[in-house]
Amino acid sequence: MRGTEFAIVGAGPAGLSAAIEAARAGVQVMLIDENEKPGGQLFKQIHKFFGSKEHYAGIRGIDIGAQLLSEVEACGVEVMLDSVVWGGFADHTLGIIRDQKNLQLKAKKILLATGAAENALAFPGWTLPGVMGAGAIQTLVNVQRVLPGRRVLMVGSGNVGLIVSYQLLQAGAEVVAVLEAVPKVGGYGVHASKLRRHGVPILTSTTIKEARGKERVEKAISIGLDHDWREIPGTEREYEADVICLALGLTPLSELAWMAGCQFEYIPQLGGHVPVHDSNMETTVRGIYVAGDVSGIEEASTAMEEGKLAGIAVAEALGYLSAEEAASRKEAVLRRLDELRSGPFGEARNQAKERLHQQRCSQ
Amino acid sequence: MRVEEHPILGEMKKPSFVEIEVDGEVIQAIAGEPIAAALLAAGKSIFRYTRKLHEPRGVFCAIGRCTDCMMVVDGVPNVRTCVTPVKAGMKIQTQHGLGEFRSVLQ
Repeated sequence: MRGTEFAIVGAGPAGLSAAIEAARAGVQVMLIDENEKPGGQLFKQIHKFFGSKEHYAGIRGIDIGAQLLSEVEACGVEVMLDSVVWGGFADHTLGIIRDQKNLQLKAKKILLATGAAENALAFPGWTLPGVMGAGAIQTLVNVQRVLPGRRVLMVGSGNVGLIVSYQLLQAGAEVVAVLEAVPKVGGYGVHASKLRRHGVPILTSTTIKEARGKERVEKAISIGLDHDWREIPGTEREYEADVICLALGLTPLSELAWMAGCQFEYIPQLGGHVPVHDSNMETTVRGIYVAGDVSGIEEASTAMEEGKLAGIAVAEALGYLSAEEAASRKEAVLRRLDELRSGPFGEARNQAKERLHQQRCSQ
Repeated sequence: MRVEEHPILGEMKKPSFVEIEVDGEVIQAIAGEPIAAALLAAGKSIFRYTRKLHEPRGVFCAIGRCTDCMMVVDGVPNVRTCVTPVKAGMKIQTQHGLGEFRSVLQ
């Protein structure tokens, strides 16, 4: 069995940030990812980030990813790619499959930064080729540079739905409409405005009713919804479309935390069941930490800050940082997190995170 | 179809094309790109048919999670084409049902 001081599962924004903080303090870090390249979803995000300069505002996700990777390399983190972590145990052992062989890794501290999975929606015809997740479109268009269709109907007007719609326009596709089941656009006004300027209709209180086609999507039918989510007969609309893109939010990928015996709380604002954690990002199982979407669905910018918190906390717990030094570093991160969670969009997440922290403290 | 020009990402780097065989037909693919990307670029949308109802399936998640895009690759069934890189000369087949391992074992 191999050993390391700090094992991090997932090399996305949270995992990379944690690795950098901890390794800089002197911790021996092993960063594990199932993909052939690190970076998580950052390299699919070609839009500019918001917030202040400290939050990488004005920088595109792809460039943030490149920056984090070079920092990880510079501080001597061992990166293990193409490696699937299939198990996490309360005794701090991870089960890993690599090159079709099983290996075990024992770590003093573990960070689960496994991210999230996309939510799907079942409707007649939803299994037809051409119905895809928004993450699939982002991967294909922005990384592989392949357009899976020419006319796209977007379902969901959260930030992902709006941003991916715009990215489809940039790549030369047509977005026939964006549907939103609730009466209000979900994402930021600035993203919605960009679409409206390009003449893309955003239809609120409207959802997808059916995908039609013989062997792939050829048509999409939408329908209006009343205030009780009931379909309003006679409000169907038909679209010529070869792709229906589902942007319906994310669910934390928390299997490893369940397996390790972490306590969970159901918090809809954070995407469902999330592992209870304190402000050090430590779960109810000592020495197992969470950061990023697995600890509650937010954004890449908050994921990076949470990763830093976990990295600092681990360095402190392993004796690489004094209590005073760790406290001052954490304070700076917590201040930035507060800023990111302010405003009408962040407030609900802020309250939800507070609730989680209180749970953890009352144990 | 490929996104050759892009306002943010710029012009596509000159790719090194290789040939792969899909259901007996030779197509051009970029070495190292996921098989699924090559097939979508070539206009193929049906990757397999389900076991019971023989319904078509294609790419759904494109990140190796949903297994909708599984095909028979060089005789091995149930290969997730969205996370398996293209190599020159690969033989890829539309998968029917669960596929068969026989071709590999023989």
